[in-house]
Amino acid sequence: MSEKIRAIKNHDNDNVATLFGTATSGDIVTILDKAGKGFPLTVLQDIPYGHKIALIEIAVGQQITKYGEEIGIATIPIALGEHVHIQNIDSIRGRGDWDKEGAAK
Amino acid sequence: MNSYMGYVRKDGSVGSRNHVAIIPSVVCANEVAESIVQNTIQTQGIIHHQGCCQTPPDLERITDCLIKVGENPNVGASLIVSLGCEGVDTDRLEQALIATGKPVERINIQELGGTSAAIQAGIDKAQELVLKISGYQRTEVDLSTFVMGIKCGASDTTSGVASNPVIGYVADKIVDLGGTVIFGETTEFIGAEHILQRRAKNDFVASEIGRIVDEMEARAKAIGVDMRKGQPTPGNIEGGLSTIEEKSLGAIVKSGTKTIEGVIGYTEKPSGKGLWIKDSPGREIELLSGMAVGGAQVILFSTGRGAPQGFPVVPVIKICGNPITYDRMSRDMDVNAGKIVTGERSIEEVGEEVFQMLLEVASGKTSKGEAIKYTKSMDFYCLGPVI
Repeated sequence: MSEKIRAIKNHDNDNVATLFGTATSGDIVTILDKAGKGFPLTVLQDIPYGHKIALIEIAVGQQITKYGEEIGIATIPIALGEHVHIQNIDSIRGRGDWDKEGAAK
Repeated sequence: MNSYMGYVRKDGSVGSRNHVAIIPSVVCANEVAESIVQNTIQTQGIIHHQGCCQTPPDLERITDCLIKVGENPNVGASLIVSLGCEGVDTDRLEQALIATGKPVERINIQELGGTSAAIQAGIDKAQELVLKISGYQRTEVDLSTFVMGIKCGASDTTSGVASNPVIGYVADKIVDLGGTVIFGETTEFIGAEHILQRRAKNDFVASEIGRIVDEMEARAKAIGVDMRKGQPTPGNIEGGLSTIEEKSLGAIVKSGTKTIEGVIGYTEKPSGKGLWIKDSPGREIELLSGMAVGGAQVILFSTGRGAPQGFPVVPVIKICGNPITYDRMSRDMDVNAGKIVTGERSIEEVGEEVFQMLLEVASGKTSKGEAIKYTKSMDFYCLGPVI
């Protein structure tokens, strides 16, 4: 239970924020936008320093947005307050495994 | 207030400094150049390690770079220190600098009879140049004349979220006020070049962004390295970066959000106002030199781990995103953007603080690095081998 832990939301359209503090399940963290306005969010699971937290529910295949741009897509449903990282999102760049040529091999 | 106090040059460019540049045309003239700098005030050595036994394109490149550094508006006069048998075209260098209308002198170490004689002659020439330009006055000029370079180095988790967005805020502001911003580090575009391309002014500029990324990758592949593979690194993933897009965007965010007007080569200057990409590597010394070559008057530099670099004739303002690093290295770091991650200040508030500091430094206030002479981080980026 620490509202002292803060997360930065870099762009108004972002659906994730970066945590500056180590949060444990049940903690309430403060999400800060560019102008410094904050709102509280309950953390669903332990999240390490520097990692991302979901600011909304995100469906499979939906874009993960940071800096107002896409950084990947959700590979499983992500709940509000959940840790967003390689276990539930993936890059959509440089995917040789998606190429037709690659698939034919 | 959207103006600053600068030195207006004959070509209309504006300097934030009024240095005499001591320019060795080749690495072999560095010792003499350094001795001249040590024995005079207001002089800065353009100490590089190129200029001979290189491929013809690289020799031409070094000549171009030395010309552009002499043309940089922060330089009021130049003394060229030639060995006498270098590969750089010292005549072309001298003629180009004379054409700027700024005072130029040249000495030749071999003709003067060696190192000690050249040092003495060089000190005399440098003294004359200092006397000529030291009385120049600053005048109030509009920010539309301003050219800013940007860079990040020794990054950590805070860079992409705190200090780089602060630089992005300032970059947007400079562009809105009619000024010019140059960003580079082509290697850091990999994975997010499609996002940069969306900001390109037109299809040609978008294709140029693709071209410089492809060329940088091809150069790495030619020596058996795949820069895209294994990105983000295990260390990046442990730190919280999930994808290559996220990693690259964290670097690109320092360029702000404005339209990219064009892509310029390493030896080129922007041909207009607004935001420009300079094709350049990420390493500090070559990148800072590339910004100076591009005409930058001040460089904003973001760091998390604590990068202390500074350039001879262009002030570098250090913006530190990590509050622990700032406390440890506050003698090197000009701005504490770590207050963003501790929740004390917003990105916009620190952005305004940096903008005000930028105006002060452009008007003559020294950066922390300048005050302690951390101003020698430079070399030029070459493409071919030393032969």
